[in-house]
Amino acid sequence: MNSVDFTKWFEIWTSEIQTHKIHLSDLDNAIGDGDHGFNMAKGVAAYQEAHLNKQDLSIGDECKLIGMSMLSKVGGASGPLYGSAFLAMAKSFGDTKEITHDQLVAALTAGVESIMYRGKASRYEKTMIDVWLPVIESLKQNNLTEEMIDSFVNETGPLKATKGRAAYLGDRSIGHIDPGSFSSGLLFKALLKLI
Amino acid sequence: MKKILNRPEDVVEEMINGLVATHDNIVHRVGDTRVVARNYEGNGKVGLVSGGGSGHEPSHAGFVGKGMLSAAVCGDVFTSPTVDQVYEGIKAADKGAGVFLVIKNYTGDLINFTMAKEMAEDMDNIKVDSVTVNDDIAVEGSTWTEGRRGVAGTVLVHKILGAMAENNATLDEIKNESEILINEMATLGLALTPAIVPQAGKPGFELADDEIEFGLGIHGEPGYRRAKLHESKAMAQEFIDKIVAELKLKEGEEVVAFVNGMGGTPLMEQYVFMNDVLNILKGLNIHVTRKIIGNKMTSIEMQGISLTLLRIKNKRWVEYLDQEVKVAAW
Repeated sequence: MNSVDFTKWFEIWTSEIQTHKIHLSDLDNAIGDGDHGFNMAKGVAAYQEAHLNKQDLSIGDECKLIGMSMLSKVGGASGPLYGSAFLAMAKSFGDTKEITHDQLVAALTAGVESIMYRGKASRYEKTMIDVWLPVIESLKQNNLTEEMIDSFVNETGPLKATKGRAAYLGDRSIGHIDPGSFSSGLLFKALLKLI
Repeated sequence: MKKILNRPEDVVEEMINGLVATHDNIVHRVGDTRVVARNYEGNGKVGLVSGGGSGHEPSHAGFVGKGMLSAAVCGDVFTSPTVDQVYEGIKAADKGAGVFLVIKNYTGDLINFTMAKEMAEDMDNIKVDSVTVNDDIAVEGSTWTEGRRGVAGTVLVHKILGAMAENNATLDEIKNESEILINEMATLGLALTPAIVPQAGKPGFELADDEIEFGLGIHGEPGYRRAKLHESKAMAQEFIDKIVAELKLKEGEEVVAFVNGMGGTPLMEQYVFMNDVLNILKGLNIHVTRKIIGNKMTSIEMQGISLTLLRIKNKRWVEYLDQEVKVAAW
């Protein structure tokens, strides 16, 4: 992938977030506080605006720009979690305009580790980690498909939340898809179009 | 949705502008940040910072001023403020003796406040410590790793720690007292009607006309049970039974009783409820040394109420509660 692919990746993802804004907030209303879609839309709008005046960015800088937009515009937990993931990826890529598949996997791994550290969460707690980890695993084996991403997202449904605001619902969180997993699913489906 | 607004997305910005203009003798806005800070010059005292999602007014900006908070950081409605905003709040509150953060126990608040704390420590060499308030006993900490939510009891933490900071307590002294304090308080709330987040435009949940929900959170998170509307006495009894059991309150002990309105419940009803609370506690021979009432930790227009009891483990807490303040909303 080169830096143009990264611009496209984030363009597709940010417009998908805008498209699914209401759905994301509805998912969050069921088990959280109903703001995930609005907050994410605010963050991606900030990125789109910030990106207008930027040209010829390195891959690291692309990630940094979207990371800082999430960190400074999206409150709640999702802003700093996505923000620190993108910043960790920026650090992993560094100042380059072309990366290999292995570098992509390494950066995404650094990203999910940052999410796990900040959110003090691990797999099967009904969070975005339940999408990031299996996606990275499939990328390593070069067999990731859109259907697989959908199933990772849907598999958060039967899980009982033990992290995030849905955790306060305990058993009542079962049966609802995790909104952060859904927005992460959109991120990886956008990525899949470019690799 | 019927609300007095211009554009729903401007509600927090315009609220902050209105708040600092109204109380300009007490507070100001720090540049174009979401930080409301106390009007004062450096005085070598510990700065006390709180904040969180908006929609809980007068929490927290209404408690900024002499004797309480040094700064409050206002997030979007029901959404934790971002890292950079909390960081600005810490810098605004730093007067050379360190900064103490009062955080309500929610994932978003914890992550943003913690990252901001690390930034202030690493980049500005500010000493920062914090307490995480988790007074809501409706959701139990033992089975859910997130622990209990932080609700109305946070306001008592602001008042007591704020008085300590005003009286020149050190950062370590404030930290130690805060940990004792949060273990001596418990809160339960209930809702009659839901809150409507302006940008969502619709209620976060539905309740039938004759239904109430016990244990509901200040963001409309589900509580521990739904029931038909009770008499005030019965609701007070249920809360007191649970809180007394949780705090293991014994006959002859002294407490502070704090009845908090959720925004849409008139003071008339809050006094009815307080009357029941005081009668029941009297029957249990638990002495209520101080009573506090009013809309202090609200949930927009939600009709509902919460009861906080604080066991007076340290007599000085009463002095701290009585100490004069100059804030918009105490």
